[in-house]
Amino acid sequence: MKARIFVTLKPGVLDPQGKAIQHALEGLGFADVEDVRQGKLIELEVADGTDDATLDAMCRQLLANTVIENYRIERL
Amino acid sequence: MKSAVLVFPGSNCDRDLAVALRDVTGTAPTMVWHGETELPEGVGLIAVPGGFSYGDYLRSGAMAARSPIMRAVVDAAGRGVPVLGVCNGFQILTEAGLLPGALMRNAGLNFVCRTVPLKVENAQTAFTSRYSAGEEIMVPVAHHDGNYSADAETLDRLEGEGRVAFRYGEPVNGSARNIAGIFNEAGNVLGLMPHPERVVDPAHGRTDGRRLFEGLLETVG
Repeated sequence: MKARIFVTLKPGVLDPQGKAIQHALEGLGFADVEDVRQGKLIELEVADGTDDATLDAMCRQLLANTVIENYRIERL
Repeated sequence: MKSAVLVFPGSNCDRDLAVALRDVTGTAPTMVWHGETELPEGVGLIAVPGGFSYGDYLRSGAMAARSPIMRAVVDAAGRGVPVLGVCNGFQILTEAGLLPGALMRNAGLNFVCRTVPLKVENAQTAFTSRYSAGEEIMVPVAHHDGNYSADAETLDRLEGEGRVAFRYGEPVNGSARNIAGIFNEAGNVLGLMPHPERVVDPAHGRTDGRRLFEGLLETVG
């Protein structure tokens, strides 16, 4: 089974990389970009039947830093 | 003073810390590999060095914070053993939950490598007793992820409890309230981005960091 973990910065946490990407897009002529936030996508191949609690524990203990990041789990 | 310097894959300031500790305390520290599960018996100081442990994969310090030796470090910190984290060591201590907040990418996105003014905020700790409160010292920084971030409530608590150790005297990396280093609640864990171990010998050009190690030697004995 595949699981996808989306890790994003919490709202309000400054994202200088997102800002730099926004400026680069503007430099390419994409003037309509109002904001850019950069995150991570982590794909896991896990045993079938791995439960939500286990995936959640992986996120809390390592994959996301919950001080600054949110995460979302998607099963495929 | 018996001390230990942790070594992770990708640490690159471990030997600088070891030389500083040996020169100031007269005793060479034990170098402890991250895969170990125990610290040397009777260790009086644990130093977590700078560098790029695990290539900063996932997040700076994230992998190192989950390595086997860190369980022993968390236990020792809980018993009151002083723990010093420099640069990547500071990032590791926040990731391990020993210090609040997080170190994010520098606000200007640049790797910052220069000597910066630091204001000593609290001189009444084992780490800072040889400094005066409000004193300005010059210490080098060399980091990409030194932008200290925490929620306003945490920042207020750190300030109110005298847990801001050092503050930058000029904008360096976008750190909240110019924070360069903080203590844990009990005061026995210090994390800071600047490198005191790089300014301990007259041959370094400055010796502003030496008193941090001298103070520890005096307190820990």
